[in-house]
Amino acid sequence: MTVPLPFGLLAELTHRCPLACPYCSNPLDLDGASHELDTATWARVFGEAAALGILQVHLSGGEPAARRDLVEVTQAANRAGLYTNLITSTIGIDAARLERLRQVGLDHVQVSIQDSLADSADTIAGYKGAHARKLDFARAVVGAGMALTMNAVVHRANIDRLPEIVEAAAALGAGRVEVAHVQYHGWALHNRAALMPTREQVDNAMATIEHIRGRYDGRLVIDLVVPDYYARRPKPCLGGWGRRSLNVTPAGRVLPCHAAETIPGLEFWSVRDHSLADIWAHSPAFKAFRGTHWMREPCRSCDRRDIDFGGCRCQALAIAGDAAATDPACDLSPHHALLLDLAEQASSGAMRYDYRGGRRGVAPPIPAR
Amino acid sequence: MPELSRIALPERPRLAAGVRLHFDRARQAWVLLCPERIIEAEGPANEILRRCDGSRTVGQIVDELAVIYAAERTEIEADVTDMLADLAAKRLLTA
Repeated sequence: MTVPLPFGLLAELTHRCPLACPYCSNPLDLDGASHELDTATWARVFGEAAALGILQVHLSGGEPAARRDLVEVTQAANRAGLYTNLITSTIGIDAARLERLRQVGLDHVQVSIQDSLADSADTIAGYKGAHARKLDFARAVVGAGMALTMNAVVHRANIDRLPEIVEAAAALGAGRVEVAHVQYHGWALHNRAALMPTREQVDNAMATIEHIRGRYDGRLVIDLVVPDYYARRPKPCLGGWGRRSLNVTPAGRVLPCHAAETIPGLEFWSVRDHSLADIWAHSPAFKAFRGTHWMREPCRSCDRRDIDFGGCRCQALAIAGDAAATDPACDLSPHHALLLDLAEQASSGAMRYDYRGGRRGVAPPIPAR
Repeated sequence: MPELSRIALPERPRLAAGVRLHFDRARQAWVLLCPERIIEAEGPANEILRRCDGSRTVGQIVDELAVIYAAERTEIEADVTDMLADLAAKRLLTA
């Protein structure tokens, strides 16, 4: 099989973050600051990425601004010829730092929004005052003439206010809002019982967005997808394993997706020991589920095997107990009914969060109908 | 998908912030790099996009394309306005 060229690189610059969101996609075991790649190594990785065919780099974390060299790292990505997207909680970036980022060629900024109500948003983020700071920062980004996407992470406590969240993004002057249903890996899997929305909530939210979408034509692009637990067909995880993108962890391990380390037995290579091109083509973790050779039934003979590539390997492992199984989000999976049961059960769980970092707390109240 | 006819076109279209035309050396092809999106930009699409620099009117872009492709102006005009409306709907153009 010829190995396709990747388009995107998720650069997790650090796992450090001032926020403590209970759905954080970082692993439960975080890389410590002393293990983080240095500026020069990131610059080398960006050069190798561009040569390999990567066009866009997503500077993420943790909170990327927790790194003192964020401007230098961004500049290195820009100089390598990459389109740079900064995914930030905004904590740690003042107006002067934003201006320096703009000057070194930052192309796009993505800020997550936890809710339309400040108190609820701060409770979800586990950080007092985060919401107001995010709104101020978002306005500063737009004011500086830069492109802004607001990322609305939705779950049981806030999904009923999705129209208000979308309106907030429009009012800020964002060009795009991305409605991201919590994906149940890492901290989110741990907190699933407090995060999972009911089916009714999801159906209502999706229908409402379709209803109001026209209001925002030409002003705000609304991107959203049906969450896995209530879907009939799986999504091609990141466009297929080892097909379109890769992820570099703070310590330099290269993963096909951010949750891949939850799969036991996979061997990940590091940018400290290998070039990115070598890792992409030859590392055992990328070869394990690239293409269709690893599939079993019902995927193996399915006419959608080259469309969704069997869905998400990490979800197959988490629900079916086998990373090579069909993603249970697919209704052809023998575990699909189990997934629905799990979702239904979880959606009536206690509204208590285990915050990333270990604190515990009560989730914001769900609005009455 | 919004109705394209309802989208107002900028008088002198320019690529929006966060959108740029880029030559992809690894694949030897032009692409439009956008927030969370990459769009192929070869052939006529490339000729249109490289003229969205804020200096030309839509009419001037149509005129230039009609010369390059030695085609009927009305035909070119429909193609250009469709493409620009699609880009505007995706918020990839600015005035």
